[in-house]
Amino acid sequence: MDDTVTPEERLAELLRALPAPPSGWVEAAKQLPAARRELATLWERIEHDELLRAKAIADLEALLRAEGVEPTPTVVAHLRTRLEE
Amino acid sequence: MIAASDSELVARCRAGEAAAWDALVDRYARYVHAIVTRVYRLPPDDAEDVFQEVFARVFERLDTLRDGDALRPWIAQLARRCSVDALRRSGREVPVAEPPEDGDEGLARLDEAMSVRAALDGLSPECGEILDRFFCRDESYRTIGAELDLPSGTIASRIARCLGRLRDALEPGRKPAATASGG
Repeated sequence: MDDTVTPEERLAELLRALPAPPSGWVEAAKQLPAARRELATLWERIEHDELLRAKAIADLEALLRAEGVEPTPTVVAHLRTRLEE
Repeated sequence: MIAASDSELVARCRAGEAAAWDALVDRYARYVHAIVTRVYRLPPDDAEDVFQEVFARVFERLDTLRDGDALRPWIAQLARRCSVDALRRSGREVPVAEPPEDGDEGLARLDEAMSVRAALDGLSPECGEILDRFFCRDESYRTIGAELDLPSGTIASRIARCLGRLRDALEPGRKPAATASGG
């Protein structure tokens, strides 16, 4: 540590090192469990409905939007992986 | 108020307690945000995607974490991997694939900052708020005074007093800071 920096100044620096992320990011992360439950329900339908599965393969983002699910990269990647399994 | 330990939070999340997941996100949001935006310097759109990806992986893989007390290094590792993947996908160079242990914006510094943050959470809500507003949200004395209904002339002294208390919390053997009122 720089000797010219007081302990309080050092604390201030460390407080500044962790600014808050945008509140929307935090809220979206908190919604993950609920979003995953929705996705699980949707996946179950895709597994049992050939037409829905075809729609998912043709345009996954559009299907998600139609089902009221935000097609974030994480959600799309998650479902695409399962579709390819 | 004594905050739950990481291992307690992990156990409660595994049991499906929604409030525990919220608390985990609250505890680590700043840390993940700092790793992706300050250590790896991802642009805002990529940073948001990586931020969500990290928490998605935490949620999906929490059952694989053997030691709940290792939550912080585990999250740091996930954030580093996701950030490096994002940089590679975007075709940009990976500037700090292995961030310097003691670099200005390195993980070691963020770990230290997390300890300070935990001590801040143990102070009075008034102290926590005034320090957060001034140092983390970069608000002026005037804004803080208006928001907290305090004369702006007293803000500097309150910040100094609260910093002293924060230092006391981090250095328990130290002679305590003055116990004047106001936070």
